[in-house]
Amino acid sequence: MKSIAVVGASLAGLRAVETLRSEGFDGDLHLVGDEVHRPYDRPPLSKQILSGDWDVERIWLTAEEKFDELDLKTNLGDAAVSFDAATLAVTLASGLVLDVDGVVIATGARTRTIGEPLGGVYTLRTLDDAQAIRAAFQAGPSRVVVIGAGFIGAEVAASARGLGLDVTMIEMAESPFERSLGAEMGAVLAEVHRDHGVDLRLGVGCAAIVGEEHVESIRLTDGSMIETDLVIVGIGVIPNVEWLEGSGLNIENGVVCDATSLAAPGVVAAGDVAEWPNGHFGETMRVEHWDNAITQAVHAAKRLLHGESVGPYEPVPWFWSDQYDRKIQLAGRTTGFDSFEIVNGDIESRKFAAIYGRNGTIVAVLGFNRPRHVMRYRQLIDAKTSWADALAAEF
Amino acid sequence: MSFKVVVDYDLCESNAICMQIAPDVFEVRDDDFLYLLTEAPDEDQRVKVQESVQRCPKQAIAIVDTED
Repeated sequence: MKSIAVVGASLAGLRAVETLRSEGFDGDLHLVGDEVHRPYDRPPLSKQILSGDWDVERIWLTAEEKFDELDLKTNLGDAAVSFDAATLAVTLASGLVLDVDGVVIATGARTRTIGEPLGGVYTLRTLDDAQAIRAAFQAGPSRVVVIGAGFIGAEVAASARGLGLDVTMIEMAESPFERSLGAEMGAVLAEVHRDHGVDLRLGVGCAAIVGEEHVESIRLTDGSMIETDLVIVGIGVIPNVEWLEGSGLNIENGVVCDATSLAAPGVVAAGDVAEWPNGHFGETMRVEHWDNAITQAVHAAKRLLHGESVGPYEPVPWFWSDQYDRKIQLAGRTTGFDSFEIVNGDIESRKFAAIYGRNGTIVAVLGFNRPRHVMRYRQLIDAKTSWADALAAEF
Repeated sequence: MSFKVVVDYDLCESNAICMQIAPDVFEVRDDDFLYLLTEAPDEDQRVKVQESVQRCPKQAIAIVDTED
């Protein structure tokens, strides 16, 4: 292989180029990104950047000189617009065509939005988004309305409360975080937000965002109105696959890969955009977590260079979310769990670890300020430990 | 060439990812703080420590090469 294009210049794209180099690839290496910035870290955007605790200089994923050492041909601010999986030609918005022998697809995802763009209405995904919301926070909004109580919405709500702003968070589901944590644990997290003064409204959605040039209020599905001049929409993301239309790749809920992260001969995918069968859970998944962007990018880069011998990619997914003074971590998959047990601490103190089981095997662990326990139980999940043995384990 | 592990404890939030990757070097204890079991691990730990550097969510770990 003489030349490789890594398309997507965020966490997965950066770890892919680093891995290709560390694994000995010394040919032409392109890094293509739609943003002009060199790769930066997204988790601080909803926390330290919004709160103002961090200067923007702290979010670069790699120092400039280390980035230069990778000897890349960078095409930043020039998004890929089409691809041909037969010839591996990547066409950029500027018209430039990259003719390469290998491609890593790491184009990530973008935020879902509601309606047409309107002043005072934001989503949060990029550094530019975060800086705009930070400025809006500083301008002293009358009230911050967060639409969607997922993890991004919840972190934005926590950051806004930390600045003393009034916050209303609305969520269509009766139980927030139900999809990832289950109803019971979702309710615990909902109470954390209420205790911190968030006006949390469940079972109600946004029917319309009202305003001429700037948002004035939002109308809810129950007919009520909330006056506001700042709205953050946190209703999930859409994988960036439109540029692959007509490429010959199989696109479903993302770029469809085999168990080894291969999408087509000479093409691998990693991070938020990649869908693959995870043999550990017997489940086809697309994972939007920080840690997966790293581990999948490393795996995909090795797969591209070394072939099938690299084996299947079968991780136990893991994520964390910092809200107020709570560190929430989940490892594994709660999908279809049939057993649940608090194994350390207690819900009242909001310091606990809980495990989830399915068909007699431990499949997930949740921690509230219990990182050590999460990692210990994660190893049990990795080893496909029986539910009985997981319950008997002591850490 | 040998190496030293340096943790920026102001950044560290005890996510314990490093402990999972390199349990002979990193340990998060019951007080939920990270402890280094050795500041100068053996060379055979280098790959694991490098992975810990890469996968630390707070970018709080660094490797410093030292002369033997």
